[in-house]
Amino acid sequence: MSKRKVVMDAEGIDRALTRIAYEILEKNKGVENLALVGIRTGGVFLARRIAEKISQIEGKEVPLGILDITLYRDDLRKNRKKPLIGKTDIPFSLDDRKVVLIDDVLFTGRTVRAAMDALIDFGRPKAIQLAVLVDRGHRELPIRADFVGKNLPSSLWEDVSVNLTENKGKDEVVIEEEGKSDTA
Amino acid sequence: MKLTSKDILGMKDLSVDEIELILETAESFMEISTREIKKVPTLRGKTVVNLFFEPSTRTRTSFEIAAKRLSADTVNISSTTSSVVKGETIIDTARNLEAMNPDIIVVRHNCSGAPRLLAGLVKQSVINAGDGAHEHPTQALLDIMTVRQKKKRVEGLKVVIVGDIAHSRVARSNIYGLTKMGARVTVSGPSVMMPRDVDKMGVDVQYDMKEALRGADIVMMLRIQTERQEMSLFPSLREYANYYCLNREKLRYAKDDVIVMHPGPVNRGVEISSDIADGPFSVILNQVTNGVAVRMALLYLLAGSEVRNEQSAVEGGKNR
Repeated sequence: MSKRKVVMDAEGIDRALTRIAYEILEKNKGVENLALVGIRTGGVFLARRIAEKISQIEGKEVPLGILDITLYRDDLRKNRKKPLIGKTDIPFSLDDRKVVLIDDVLFTGRTVRAAMDALIDFGRPKAIQLAVLVDRGHRELPIRADFVGKNLPSSLWEDVSVNLTENKGKDEVVIEEEGKSDTA
Repeated sequence: MKLTSKDILGMKDLSVDEIELILETAESFMEISTREIKKVPTLRGKTVVNLFFEPSTRTRTSFEIAAKRLSADTVNISSTTSSVVKGETIIDTARNLEAMNPDIIVVRHNCSGAPRLLAGLVKQSVINAGDGAHEHPTQALLDIMTVRQKKKRVEGLKVVIVGDIAHSRVARSNIYGLTKMGARVTVSGPSVMMPRDVDKMGVDVQYDMKEALRGADIVMMLRIQTERQEMSLFPSLREYANYYCLNREKLRYAKDDVIVMHPGPVNRGVEISSDIADGPFSVILNQVTNGVAVRMALLYLLAGSEVRNEQSAVEGGKNR
């Protein structure tokens, strides 16, 4: 059996998201012209939670979008098995908006690159910021997050999974050795 | 889940799971056509050849738009402008096209089986865009997608297909697809337009159109193919229309929430009256919109599928 270590529990995740919500509000001086966009699928759940926290803090709703980046991936031509495509739903204009992209794990940075390309196809945001629950390092592109729940130095042989109640029934961040996990 | 074949030749070959995969993918592609910038970079650098040996506006344009929205390059070859008129065989045409290294070949041909012949000759993916009186799988897929959108299911629905069943590739593909998905299919039309093997197709036959329409959830009208009518299967268009034109009076026999479909182009007043074609039950234009999404889904799912033994090191989702 592999070594499986829980590095963040439900409370830890909730506190990190609360802090990120406050930091987003502080940096953007409120919710005016702000929008959150979650990257499918983990980022969508986190974006919903952050949006809820922001509305509790400020008493105002912040627009929430869903982005599927599959069509913008740079490794599609190599895959014979095509990833399933989820629906993208951004029901507001991005022009001149400050958009906070939200994802669960920041790793190589390729997903964020794809997400930025996708966003720019929807309009011309005033700014794009990045919020992630876990930054595990090993970037392959010049990308960094503006808001980080937890910095988690990891080796390439380890797998970092963010499990959430919405998809896995339980909130936790787990690190384990490669090949033993069914999530990624 | 992936498609098992490199080609899409007919609904007969597709499993229920494959049909579901194509339709789910198509639903996700719908959104792209509503954007201000209707383009994603997914198939950048891929080439799609539209090889049409028969006239077509809707299907060819639909494939071309689908390819372009995915950033693929498209080349259109139609029989009137190609070397077919100079006497080249389809096999030679195929070999020459293959030598230019496209990624997907979309083919329409007046001979049944031509796409399958082509698919066996070339390593590229071949999509059948209609072959003779055989199959038109992309039409059936977009029809089933339209049914699912409007009725939220296919299973258990009564679908009535009316017209020249014997010579219609749209009917044949829809019968294969709809019965696989659990719909009950009834066909109606003059007896000379019924296929000889109709009792083996798993459908009910009802020559009286009003009886056929009783309790129908879906009515699919077929185009009377006047260009294929040299054998003259009925005395006059007017007589045909008397018995089989879908009008308000006949539609009354169907369910109150019936939807009316037609693959186009419509012969108004022959197989369908204008007030029905343009009326509230008609979903003809939804079918056209869905056609682009279905073809995008197929191009996406097939592109690169001729490449074997090349697995990406980065599997889905890990690439953060």
